[in-house]
Amino acid sequence: MKFLKSLVAATAVAAVCFAAPAQAETKRIALVVKALGIGFFEAAAKGAEEAAKELGDVEIIYTGPTDTTAEGQIEVINALIAQKVDAIAISANDTDALVPALKKAMQRGIIVVSWDSGVAPEGREMHLNPSSNALIGNMIIKLAADNLPDGGDVAVLSASATATNQNIWIEEMNKVTDKYPGINVVATVYGDDLADKSYREAQGLMQTYPDLKAIIAPTSVGIVAAAQAVSDAEKAGEINVTGLGLPSEMAGHVKSGASKSFAIWNPIDLGYAATMLAYNLATDKAEAKPGAEIPMGRMGSLTLDENNEGAMADPFVYDSSNIDDFKDVF
Amino acid sequence: MSLATSETSATGRQIPDRLKSAMQRFLGSWELLLLVVAVAVFTINSFASPYFLDPWNLSDATFNFTEKAMIAFAMALLIISGEIDLSVASIIAIASTAMGFAVQMGADTPVLVLIGLGVGLACGAFNGVLVTRLGLPSIVVTIGTMSLFRGLSYIVLGDKAYTGYPPGFAFFGQGYVWWVISFEFVLFAFLAIVFAVLLHRTTFGRAVYSIGNNPVGALFSGIRVPRVKFALFLLTGLMSGVAAICLTSRLGATRPSIAFGWELEVVTMVVLGGVSILGGAGSIPGVVIAAFIMGMVTFGFGLLNVPGIVMSIFIGLLLIAVIALPRIARQVMARRKA
Repeated sequence: MKFLKSLVAATAVAAVCFAAPAQAETKRIALVVKALGIGFFEAAAKGAEEAAKELGDVEIIYTGPTDTTAEGQIEVINALIAQKVDAIAISANDTDALVPALKKAMQRGIIVVSWDSGVAPEGREMHLNPSSNALIGNMIIKLAADNLPDGGDVAVLSASATATNQNIWIEEMNKVTDKYPGINVVATVYGDDLADKSYREAQGLMQTYPDLKAIIAPTSVGIVAAAQAVSDAEKAGEINVTGLGLPSEMAGHVKSGASKSFAIWNPIDLGYAATMLAYNLATDKAEAKPGAEIPMGRMGSLTLDENNEGAMADPFVYDSSNIDDFKDVF
Repeated sequence: MSLATSETSATGRQIPDRLKSAMQRFLGSWELLLLVVAVAVFTINSFASPYFLDPWNLSDATFNFTEKAMIAFAMALLIISGEIDLSVASIIAIASTAMGFAVQMGADTPVLVLIGLGVGLACGAFNGVLVTRLGLPSIVVTIGTMSLFRGLSYIVLGDKAYTGYPPGFAFFGQGYVWWVISFEFVLFAFLAIVFAVLLHRTTFGRAVYSIGNNPVGALFSGIRVPRVKFALFLLTGLMSGVAAICLTSRLGATRPSIAFGWELEVVTMVVLGGVSILGGAGSIPGVVIAAFIMGMVTFGFGLLNVPGIVMSIFIGLLLIAVIALPRIARQVMARRKA
């Protein structure tokens, strides 16, 4: 029975330690992530805490399952429904499987917002995209153009020829190339999101186009491979590699000069904006409906489309000035 | 509650003059210890969170364990007989995938249920044949089929999902029979009784125990050991099919990652329920209480927003403590006698 006593004691201690003080007036907003212990989401939680501090009367419940499963998130959602939180802001592990659980949450008066990875429309009030295809398309060529005041030849190193995301972004990019005079997109090649193939394609680009000034790689695999190819050819500083990448993988190439800058969503801003949106909906300061403009603090305001979806902002630009702050985050 | 009659050889080779009374047996039993733990968990939860004692919340909490417990009942019998099935979660995945595929072909609710049960049975039969006909060790066979069944779901679905289940199908995982009593909970209670009777009140149940204690002895006593084991694999497959129906209905969607990692939670539930992992001992009431404990612990921790990893640590410690306790107690007793 000694075991039992210590078990009871341990559980009691655990219970006391973790019992959050319940305050009547504060709005409790749950930030539910795909899984705990992922740098990207820890950063989003930081943004949520920043928003809570700014708002004053908000308590953030940062939670999620141990592994990225829909079942795990449903258990978390059930526990949040039981606690009668005011809002749930979720990055979903499954677009469809969470719908019944989140519907139940909404029936019981909880505001449900999805962010980053969305939930089907019937399971949430609105969805916050980190960016939009048009904004990404514009950003990737702007990054190249900003470092080429006199213009020059640039090439695109994409994922596979059938990759939906990359194709849409390149299409959007082509729509706005006229805005950047002097920039010639000379070729688009495909590295299939394989490190070695992307590396060879980047080498090929450098040989085929000796005047090449920049490589745009809107894929996190391609950008690293291209930067490596440029470094190995000792053309760092001559050819600028840019596009979409992860700070942790790109930090070395930014330092070596192979990449002057690149972009990706900022998870801190994303967590901040999701919290602001959830707060404004939970306090009836805004309503989620097509065409609505919902304020999100320092991130401006979000305009919802016909599916109640909105794009937060331009992808965030990382360069030598801020890469050290983010390289350990994600 | 005194269905447990499994203390066969705990105190050596002596044959007592009289059997202990049912009351005495209950007081010294594993189930009583579990019951005390369950009451403690329940009480602590009620004090720790103001939201715990709410009929709807408690009803929601039962979904954390009902599906796993359905499989755990069959798994308990299988483990008592000295075998194990680690492919149960993958059977859920393949059964759910088959049902999702049928939905795309326009199948209706009754057909879906039949498909779910049928695929479960077929997978169980496959495991059973490999173990009983070819004489392969069940842990190896089912580690193989664990990858095989889920792998097939991945081949069919990739990163896609099946949705669009008919509205009537939602009842199994989301329906309520009366007030807060969900269909799943009623099914769980019904199956608990069925399995308790099967294990503790039938000759089949006695055969399961005797196979677990001494398979050769059981064979020479005229028990058809392979046939009983095959039936147990079938039963485990069938219950995985039932769980697949409930879970798919609750989620309203199928992905190949469905029920990922459940096999370990099911085995944990069975072992926590007092079933000997070496076979030969255990009871259904124990598994039922263990299911409640695991469900209440995860839900209670969830209410306090304890991160999932802390929950896993706690469940792990609970399991080790629970397995170590009888051994330590026995050693202490032996030392006192000496």
